[in-house]
Order: sequence, then structure tokens, then C-alpha cells
Amino acid sequence: MSKTRIQDIIQERILVLDGAMGTMLQRYKFTENDFRGDRFQNWPHPLQGNNDILSLTQPEAIREIHSAYFKAGADIVETNTFSATSVAMADYHLEKYVYEINLQSARIARAVADEFTAREPEKPRFVAGSIGPTNKTASMSPDVNDPGYRAISFETLRKAYHEQASALVEGGVDILLVETVFDTLNAKAALFAIEELKEEKGINIPVMISGTITDASGRTLSGQTAESFLISVSHIPFLSVGFNCALGAKQLVPHLQVLSSNTEFAVSAHPNAGLPNAFGEYDQSPDEMASQIREYLEKGLVNIVGGCCGSTPEHILAIAELVKKFEPRKCLVTA
Amino acid sequence: MFGHGVKNSSLHTTDHNSLRGSRATSDFRPMKLAGLEPLVVTPESNFVNIGERTNVAGSRKFLRLIKEGKFEEAVEIARHQVEGGAQIIDVNMDDGLIDGKEAMVKYLNLLMAEPDIARVPIMIDSSKWEILEAGLQVVQGKCVVNSISLKEGEAEFIRQARLIRRYGAAVIIMAFDEKGQADNYDRRIEIAKRSYDILVQEVGFPPEDIIFDLNVFPVATGMEEHRRNAVDFIEATRWVRQNLPHASVSGGVSNISFSFRGNNTVREAMHSVFLFHAIKAGMNMGIVNPTLLEVYDDIPKDLLEYVEDVILNRREDATERLLDFAEKVVGKSRQNQKDLSWRQQSLQDRITRALVKGIEEYIEADVEEARLEASKPIEVIEGYLMNGMNVVGDLFGSGKMFLPQVVKSARVMKKAVAYLTPYIEASQEASGRGMAGKILMATVKGDVHDIGKNIVSVVLACNNYEIVDLGVMVPPEKIIQKAREHQVDVVGLSGLITPSLDEMVFLAKEMERQQFRVPLLIGGATTSKAHTAVKIDPEYKAAVVHVNDASRAVTVVGDLLQKERGEAYIQEVKEDYASFREKFLGRVRKKEYVSLSEARANNFKISWEATQITVPAIPGRQVIDEMDIALLRSCIDWTPFFRAWDLHGRYPDILEDEIVGEQAQSLFDDANKMLDRLTKEGGLKARAVFGLYPANSVDSDDIEVVLGDDRGSVLFRTLRQQAKKKEGVPHLALSDFIAPKSTGIQDYVGCFCVTAGFGTDQWVKKYEADLDDYHAIMVKALADRLAEAFAEYLHREVRTKYWAYAKGENLNNDQLIREDYRGIRPAPGYPACPDHLEKKTIWDILDVEESIGVKLTENLAMYPAASVSGYYFAHPDARYFGLGKITEEQLEDYAERKGIPLDEARKWLSPNLAEA
Repeated sequence: MSKTRIQDIIQERILVLDGAMGTMLQRYKFTENDFRGDRFQNWPHPLQGNNDILSLTQPEAIREIHSAYFKAGADIVETNTFSATSVAMADYHLEKYVYEINLQSARIARAVADEFTAREPEKPRFVAGSIGPTNKTASMSPDVNDPGYRAISFETLRKAYHEQASALVEGGVDILLVETVFDTLNAKAALFAIEELKEEKGINIPVMISGTITDASGRTLSGQTAESFLISVSHIPFLSVGFNCALGAKQLVPHLQVLSSNTEFAVSAHPNAGLPNAFGEYDQSPDEMASQIREYLEKGLVNIVGGCCGSTPEHILAIAELVKKFEPRKCLVTA
Repeated sequence: MFGHGVKNSSLHTTDHNSLRGSRATSDFRPMKLAGLEPLVVTPESNFVNIGERTNVAGSRKFLRLIKEGKFEEAVEIARHQVEGGAQIIDVNMDDGLIDGKEAMVKYLNLLMAEPDIARVPIMIDSSKWEILEAGLQVVQGKCVVNSISLKEGEAEFIRQARLIRRYGAAVIIMAFDEKGQADNYDRRIEIAKRSYDILVQEVGFPPEDIIFDLNVFPVATGMEEHRRNAVDFIEATRWVRQNLPHASVSGGVSNISFSFRGNNTVREAMHSVFLFHAIKAGMNMGIVNPTLLEVYDDIPKDLLEYVEDVILNRREDATERLLDFAEKVVGKSRQNQKDLSWRQQSLQDRITRALVKGIEEYIEADVEEARLEASKPIEVIEGYLMNGMNVVGDLFGSGKMFLPQVVKSARVMKKAVAYLTPYIEASQEASGRGMAGKILMATVKGDVHDIGKNIVSVVLACNNYEIVDLGVMVPPEKIIQKAREHQVDVVGLSGLITPSLDEMVFLAKEMERQQFRVPLLIGGATTSKAHTAVKIDPEYKAAVVHVNDASRAVTVVGDLLQKERGEAYIQEVKEDYASFREKFLGRVRKKEYVSLSEARANNFKISWEATQITVPAIPGRQVIDEMDIALLRSCIDWTPFFRAWDLHGRYPDILEDEIVGEQAQSLFDDANKMLDRLTKEGGLKARAVFGLYPANSVDSDDIEVVLGDDRGSVLFRTLRQQAKKKEGVPHLALSDFIAPKSTGIQDYVGCFCVTAGFGTDQWVKKYEADLDDYHAIMVKALADRLAEAFAEYLHREVRTKYWAYAKGENLNNDQLIREDYRGIRPAPGYPACPDHLEKKTIWDILDVEESIGVKLTENLAMYPAASVSGYYFAHPDARYFGLGKITEEQLEDYAERKGIPLDEARKWLSPNLAEA
């Protein structure tokens, strides 16, 4: 009988995370009306661009994308909930629907994953509840003239994250993924909420965290080095710690090295498909991306690898084929 | 330096590769903290230095900036700390006058916006959980919480630890539990072990995130139980590091040398020696002031030996030897090591510092610099100087500065203003700079005591009030005339002797009659809220406030003169005094009195037949024309001296007091310097006259004193308690302590007057001319103490030599102050014999004025003020008591005995009259 717990599987092979949701949705060319669907036809505010609402209004599209990634070889797909917090949804005045969006998104991904696991029991598929950074920062002021000002508090974030995480858990996710962390304090509020939730529900759901190194300075948007970021979140028993977004696979190498040599947890990476071109588009080919990720594998830096902005099922296919040839990085502790 | 220097913390991403090696789990687990950059504490990182200037308890400047809401400037202190090598910065906002939670959040938010500060981890320091939690919610990095402990019990400890864990911080555990603070080796390790086990086993706290603060306590305090303080800390540190895997040990180093405040040479050596041994034992982080640290190897050999003896408790006499040595180095170090770095600061900072610290040296130069910058000389006062004095006022108001310091500040202020005055006059500006108000101060008619009044004046002047000081013995008509002439905002009246109380009542009536409406302040030793409420307040429609200390005077005057709230405040004061009066009178009426004859029948009975009465060895009158001041010094009772400066506590404990100790020590040093000077330059003259005479008590509570030769006899009139007493408790009068004539036994009584006040005026004038209130008040306060010391000294001479009823007496100064001897020396005007008129009798018997020059004023205050007069009673059962209230019956009887009009007797005894 093969292993079914992700904590065990991660010791044996490198796991593949899915690619970008947004990039795939762009292919559908949804209009304002598509975003609204029947349900939000009369919603007083524009909804175009609110990808997370599509879990309610265009669930079939979301299902297709998850399916495409699993088919390409992903072990884990992320729910379509990156911005589904009351903080981020305030832009669309959809705070009231946050719980439902998360719940439905989780259920959609769950159903697809279960379908694939039933078909290939030797390769169980997992769902990671995607928890994004929100659109506000708790440790930086948006007003250059008032550096002490904060647009959001820890408490507000903690409550918002608690709502999101509990809906995701109810919807059946296997993992919670706090990702694209550009302000560690936001992430700490999410982690605080998750710990509370675990205690309240008596569950021990694995947690992944993934920060974002914003540019060549090698720091997060809120100014921390990779090691400081790691130290600042390591009070939580993670499944994995990693980086995603902002940089291409190649640019992430030195930062993954810092993580890899300083943590006992598994390490993840889901870089962008290169850096955006002059038109803001990602044009790195699947082979090119895979060849850069090969460096991670040769150096033994990662346990989970996938793609962020610009990546597609074709990229994930290339990566999934590649990782089969490598041993995973050894990690001593898993949640 | 031996290694606790600055080490760049960002270089610690060294080789603890956790994946390939097994070191990370089985061997050593470094504590990892983070700001924007990591701080990893490994065995190689030596001592982690925590900056503490961003702590309101650690830096007065920081406290002031926070209080004034100058957060941007306060951020600069943090920057300075980090630039100076602090690897962690401790932020503490625990102060009664600050909203700690709000200040913590605001300050941390500002720090987080400064990358060159936020690069280091933050230590969030508070005794309040809500402040700690608020801090944890605004910092993205991994902080240290300072601190929690088992003080409130296990449940709360566990709750807080779990939350700290969830916020992702390391924690300092104080060696404190339900029973109290650990102060020896066993308690330290007991609490450390228990805390550690709970944290690691029950909470699941990572042991490398636990830091123990094992309580650094002072050594060389002279207390036997403090001898092991350093050794116990060091040994407990060793035990923790050996027995509680991965935990760290921290502490505030400067505590160790607390008893050598003022002697930086010794302190610096003590810090280095302590650190040297504590670090060897495993202390790996702590709060150290780098400016107060000597390089271990540079400590002179002899000093090193003495200090190590103390720190390591190597010799019985270690403390004494270090103290002796310290006395030798103290003068030297002050001269050599004066820290002049503040001279590099901005002009405002320099002027503020000079005012706060009372440093005169540079003030004229600084003021000149300010004058050249300013467009008008007056602006220097209104700007720089007032800014500085506002800091002084705030610090004093919040109890962070003490009276003697404020008086020193005033001296610097006066100098600065005096320097500017010619320029201001030349530029013909109005002299009425933006003063907060004008206050008339006077000691009332017939009273000469002015130390308290002068102190209040100085403090008010410091707070930007203009003072019109009329001096002492000011007749009421002059007070009223001057109040009108100067259009003052407040009138302050002071007095020490009881007749002054009536003067104040009279003045209140006069002011009411002349339709004054300015508030009246009442102060002085015999005044009270009760007297003010019952006797003065009803006579005057405007506010009357009793104020007995200088710091309250500032608040009260501020409230009275406040534009918006002033009226309401005055109304509140009037209501408060009215209700106080009601309660007081209600209470008084319940008292019961016995008739005079009943009281006399229940007098204090002495078995005279069984009493051994000593005939004075040297009877009659003696004069001491000039007493050696140096001899009196050793008899000084210092406690009241400190009280005169609003520093409360018993000497010598007060010098060690946690709050006022430092200031008390500094005041004490200044007092001794002044005494040295007075002794050397022979400024003050102490004189005495006293006499011992045959005496017997006669009818009606009188004592007949036989003067001998052709002078016949005189009568001391004494007063008898009349308040109703429990069965068997006598109604006392001083005459009870003298054998009645009817027994046929010859008894004796004595009387005296001593003074140490001659010469004070010259000294005071000299200092006042030099605008130096501090030393002017100091001279007077010391003269008072010397007069009291002289009275004590003379009493001993009388007991052992002149009367010689206690020849073998051998008491030290403490016992003398506690009055462990036989016999009493009550003084007219004080509780046992409140009638000041009796002083006249003493003056007659001893020819006081002719023989030593001490005069009585119209209200029977002694002049010079630093004088004491009284009686001597020798009976072993003689004791001090308070007369309490007497009835109209005794008043009439007394007036008749003395042969004075009833009204006059009523005037003198009014504070002692029971309500009819």
C-alpha cells in the first residue's frame, strides 16, 4: 500500500505544485458579464478582474484548470482563493461572500483531486488552500509623509484570515498555503489565525509558507532578508517554507540556498515563468523554465516545486517530468 | 576590551547547516532573532549587547521626548543606539503618565519605517501584558518579550507563554515566582528550573528561545545579606547554562554597582569585573552602558583586587576595603572623567542639559551664543531657557527630578537671566516676558521662618511664575499694599510658629474686607488643612488652599490660574474645604472633656519618697559663647534635613532609597561640603545659655523656680490635658514631673536657649547676591540642623556633666536621636507646652537676649530662626506628650494665673481651645 499522507510522501519524492491560475483564466477572455454570471448580474460594483468570484460564477472554468494541472503531473493544486479575504474583497464590496467563495473553491478543487486520486491511487492528489497577502500591509505606511501610519491592523488581518482558513478547511483542503508574503507581519497574522483554528477544531493541517523576494536587493517588500523572513515565521511547524512570485527560477537560487541551509522544514519554490517582457507578459518557454529549475534539483535545494505568474500546464508538465529524475532534499522535520 | 564589543550580527549566517549535519538538533541550538536582518546567538557571538536608551526608565531624555510627543526625536535615540553597536534595542514605555500601549505601538511603527534601525531585533519591554501584546502585533521580525514570570502563578504564565509562541517571539523569564523575587542561588535555580520545565514540557516552547534574567542585585551595600549577590548570580548563571539546555542568560549589569553611584571609576571597574566572570559562567546577553565600562585589563591592579574581592565575596572586609579605596579615587575620577560629550549637542540641548543638571559653567557662553542668534535678547529667555525650564518642570512634576535639583536648576536660570538683563534693558523691551502669573510670598508678622517659603518660591519661579518675595516678619498691611501694587495673581503666606496661624486668619479677613479676589495659599509647618478649612477658608470668599510641599504648589497654582478651568477648580476647592470643615467639626464635637479639677485630681502620680533626686553638680546659669561647629556636626539628625528638601525617608536608609537615593546622596554630599566650608571659614556662630535651679511644683500646675540671691523666684505656668481618658490614664501637665512643694523634697528644673543662626545672614546674602538660592537655602537648613544638634549636644552635657544625673550615660548618635536617655527638654510652642508666652519667662531667667543675642519677635518667634529653647526635666518618668484641647475653664484659670487679659490668653492658645 503506498503512502497517502503528504508528510510521508514528501520524504520520498519531489512534489509538483500547479502553475498560475490567472494566466490560465486569461485564456477564457471573460467579460464583465461572465464575471457576474447570473448570480451577480445586478451587483452595484464592477466585478471584472475578481478572479476568485469565478468559483461561484464560472465554476466549470476553475474545474478545467485544476484538471489540466493534475493532468500535467501536479501533485498539488491551489484553490482559486488568492484574494478571498474580507480585506481584499472589500474592493468589490463582496466581504459577505468571502466564506462562500473559499468554501466553493475548496470543494471544486477537492472534487477534481479526488477524481484523479481515484484514477491513479499510487499518485494521490492534494489541494492547497491558497491564502494571499491581501492588498494592505501591516508593517508599512502607504503614506510617505506619515511613516507611523498603518492602513491595517494585526487584529483585522487575523480575523480575516481566520474566516478564510476556516472556510477552506470546511471545503476539504489538505494543506493551507500562506503565499506571496511581501510583509511578514501580514503572514504572522495569518499564521496566528491558523494556529487558533487548529486549536479550535482540534486538527493538525499541514501549512506551507511562501515568501516573495521582490527584487534584486534580495529582500521582501517589507525589507527583510531571506534568513530574517525564515526566522520570523519559524515558530510554526510547517510542511514547507519557500519563495514564489516576483522572480524567475534562476533569480531565486541564492535565496532558496539561504532557506535550504537554515531550515529543518521542507523547502518549496514556485517562481514566475521568467521575468516579464516589455509588454508585461511572461514568455519563458516550458523547457527554459525547467532547465533553470534543474539547478534547484542538482543542488538539492527543494522538496516542492511549481510555477507562479506566467506558468501553464505545459510548464508544469516539463517540471514534473524533470523532478522524477531527482532525489528530494532531505528534511528533518515535517509537520 | 574582552569581547563584549560590537560584532556585526549579520555575519552569522555561518555554518549551522541543519540538513547535512546533525548539529542542529542534537548539539547546540542557537537562539535566532530577526529584525530586517537576522541575529543568531551562537557560542561564538560572545556577548549580545542590548541597547536600553529607548526605555523610559533608562533614559530621562527618552522619557521626556515621549511625554512631549516628540516621537521623531525619540527615533533618533534608537538610531544612535544601533549605530553605537546595540544588537537588540529594548523599548519600554512603562510610566504612569504615558499611555504605554499607544506609545509602544506608535514608536515601534516609526522604528519599523527606518531600515537602519529596524535591521536589529526589538525587545518589547513592559510589565503589562497588554503593552507586550500590542508591541508584538506591530513588529514583523522575531522579537524578545521582556518579560514574563511565575509571579502571577502558573496558569497565567502558561497562557502568556503560549501567546508569545504564537506571535513568534523569544522570551525573557524573570527569576520571580508566587513567593517573590529570587535573591539567592537556590531560589534562582529553583525558579529557573521550574519555569524552564513548564515552558519546554507543557507549552512546547523552544528552549533556545528562553532567556533567563537572574536578577542582578547590588553588592557592597554594607548589608550582610547582599555579600553574595554577585556570586549567586554568577553561580546560578553557570547552573542554568549547564542544566537547562539551549537557554540564555541576561541581566542589567549596572545594578551591581548601585552602592557606588557617583564614583564612576569604581563602578566601571565593578561592571567589567562582574561581566568578566558572569560571561565566563555563561551570561550571553545583557544591558550594559558602554560609557560605564572599563577595559578589564586596564583596571589598576589594586582596584581590581578590591573589586574582585567584593564581586567574588573573597574577604570578610572586602566592602570596607573597597569603600576606603573608593574615597581615595572619588575626587580624582570626577575631575578626570567628566563627560563633556554633551557640549557637542545642539544649543537647545546644551541649555536644557545645563538647566536639568544644574551646571553653571557654560551657561553664560551658551546664552551669549543664543543671544547672537536671536533677533531680540528676550527671545533667548522665551525660547531656549523656557524650553529648558519646561523640561525641568515636567521632570519635577512627574517625580523624576527632586527638589534640590530643581533649586540648582533655578540657580542656573537666574544666572542666565542676569546675564541677559542688561541686553534686554538696552533694547528697551518690556520686562514682562510671558510669565505664567505673579505670586506674592511672605512669612507673616512675628515669624522668621522662611526655608519652606523660599523653596516654594524657587520652584514656582522655575515654572515661569514671577515671584514677589516680601521676606519674613511681614505685617499684614504691607502684604495687602504690595499685593495691590504688583497686581499679583496669588498670595502665598507662610509661618512656622502657632501665632502665625492667627496672622493668617487676620490677613484673610482683611483681604475679604478690602474685596480681594486672588487665591490665598497657606503653608508652613504648623499650618494644616484642618486649620485652613476651619479657620481661614470661611473668612475669605476666594480660594484658600493649604499647600505643604513644593511640588504640589506648582500644580495648585497652575490649576488656580488656568484660564478655562480656573473658576471651576476654585469652586471645587471651596466645596472640598467646606465639606472637610463639616466633617472635621462633626468629629471635634464628639470629644469629651473633664473639668479642670477632675483633671488635676487625676494627675500623674510619682512616688517622690522613693525617688532619688540628683542635685545639679554645677547649678546656676552658664553661657557658652562660642561652640565648635565641627563638634556639633556629629550630632546632626539628618532625617528632618532631607524632609526640608521634600526628600522623605529615614537617614541613612534614604541614601540607598531606590527612588530618591541618588538625589539624597548628592544633597548629602553638598551639605557636607557646605559644613566643611562653614567649619573652615568660621561663618556660623553657635552660642548657648542655660541654667539649673531649685524648683518645686506648687498649686494649680505651676512650677516655682528659685533663682537665688536677690532675684527671688519665678513661676513656669504649665497646662494640663483635659480630654476624657480611659480609667487609669492620667491627665498630664509638665508640673507633674517636679516634686510638689508639699512633699518637702527639694527638686530642680532647668531651661536653655541655643542658637546656630548667627552668621547665616551674611552667608545667605552672599549666595543670594550670587543668585544661588540652592546654597542660600542650604545654609539656613544646615543652621537649623546645627541648632537642633546643639540642643541635643547640650542636653547630653547637662545630663552627664552639669546636672550629672546620668554620669555614666554612653549613647551613640542614633540612640540620642531616638531619645533613649533619661529626662526631657520640651520647648514652649510645642505640643507639651504650646504657650509661646512662656519663652518670655525663660528669657527673663537666663537673660537670653543680653547673654547670647537671641531675640523674641512680637509673636515670640526666636531670631535668628536657627535657635531652640526649652526646659529640662530630669525625672526618669518625665516624658513628652501632647496637651491636646483644653476647655474655656482652664483658659480662664490660666489667664488669671498669668495675670493677663482673657483675650490675650485666648489669642495665644487658640489652636488648643476646644470648641465651645
